[in-house]
Amino acid sequence: MNLVTQVVAWLSDPAHWSGPGGIPTRLVEHLFYSGLALLLALVVALPLGMVVGHTGRGGFVLVGAANGLRALPELGLLILLVILMGIGLLPVTIALAVLAVPAMLAGTYAGVRNVDRSVIDAARGMGMRGPQVLVKVELPNALPLILGGVRGATLQVIATTAVAAYVSFGGFGRYLIDGLRQQDYPQMAAGAILVAALALLVEGVLALVQRAVVSPGLRSGGGARRSPTADAVRSEPEAVPTAPTSPAPHLAGADR
Amino acid sequence: MVWNWIPRNAGMILGLLGQHVLLSLIPVVVGLVFAVPLGWLANRSTGMRAVLVPAAGLLYTIPSLALFILLPGLLGTRILDPVNIVVALSIYTIALLVRSIADALAAVPSMVVAAATAMGFRVGRRFLSVELPLAVPVLIAGLRVATVSNISLVSVGALIGVGGLGGLFTDGFQRDFPTEIITGIVLIVALALVADGLLLGLGRLVTPWARAGERSRA
Repeated sequence: MNLVTQVVAWLSDPAHWSGPGGIPTRLVEHLFYSGLALLLALVVALPLGMVVGHTGRGGFVLVGAANGLRALPELGLLILLVILMGIGLLPVTIALAVLAVPAMLAGTYAGVRNVDRSVIDAARGMGMRGPQVLVKVELPNALPLILGGVRGATLQVIATTAVAAYVSFGGFGRYLIDGLRQQDYPQMAAGAILVAALALLVEGVLALVQRAVVSPGLRSGGGARRSPTADAVRSEPEAVPTAPTSPAPHLAGADR
Repeated sequence: MVWNWIPRNAGMILGLLGQHVLLSLIPVVVGLVFAVPLGWLANRSTGMRAVLVPAAGLLYTIPSLALFILLPGLLGTRILDPVNIVVALSIYTIALLVRSIADALAAVPSMVVAAATAMGFRVGRRFLSVELPLAVPVLIAGLRVATVSNISLVSVGALIGVGGLGGLFTDGFQRDFPTEIITGIVLIVALALVADGLLLGLGRLVTPWARAGERSRA
């Protein structure tokens, strides 16, 4: 109980809510490092996963490489890059991005690869060419798995950004590492709670984003129990303006 | 790379490797022991499932370093106690496995369950000798993910002083010595690959019917 009050006292101390070491600044830093790395990872993983999933060539190598990368210890990679390249934004961003790539790559590849063949055949039958099939049919259908990969990668990057404080970086990890060095457990615990809260919050936001952008015809669990017509009627008002006339939902709906 | 650093410190490296194996594999066993009954519960009633599966997802969301640091406060352990790492990784393993076990049990064909019931299997024995074996492939897949991620996550524990081979990272950073860090990375990845391969082999071994099916179809 004593510990809880100490942590609460730390978190509610106004001195911890302002200035360069304050919680808002650390939050912005944390989000900045994580966001930059995720952007870099997305730029690499999304096109690669899409092309390999679309053509089917090199899938085995890609899945193997992605699984191998998963075993890479984040702390080791981070420290190695910082030692080799010096302390700076670049090595940290690269290390975080390398950790984010496998989940995104695997999600994108699996998503595009597992699109129902009959849906693709229908798209081709409608006269779509390769790239059109990829962008208008395979991509929207693959979106749940792609976003699943992005969610996994985001959580991993947010967690690892906390570790980056060890190589003298900002973000919430500072409280953990500084607290450890100063033997200040309330500070460490408060930092840990902030990191955990951030991870949970981001996960929640991404879950909402996923609900909003994934075509209603693809919602897992939704279509399985309801009749296709009821599902279509129910989900129409929720249709998002970003993808109004994509052919995918109808094709996916017809499949059920 | 300073190659001769490795043989000169072989004893220390092997000691850390042993610690790493223990820290990452004990949680896999503990996690399995807890996750099977929880997965069974989640599959028994939709109410339990609605609680257990999201709770598992929530636990899995908590970053490892944060959990390593919060556990001493919750458990009353010292911060340098290896128990913190073992408990944290057990929690991740349970979180990962509960869902896959529940899904695997749900995927057992109801005809099979009905047939076992008709043959006189009671609930407990039916679970152990019919439903659980059929869930093994999914269980092994979950165990492989949990094992590989545990092996990688243990090293984060080095930041709070208990991290098996992760100790090579913090030590190498303080001494600005890449050889030590690369050795750690290579050993951890190798350990993960070996453990993954062993689990894959184990999965084949305990599901001979899967291979028999393949052969008869081919």
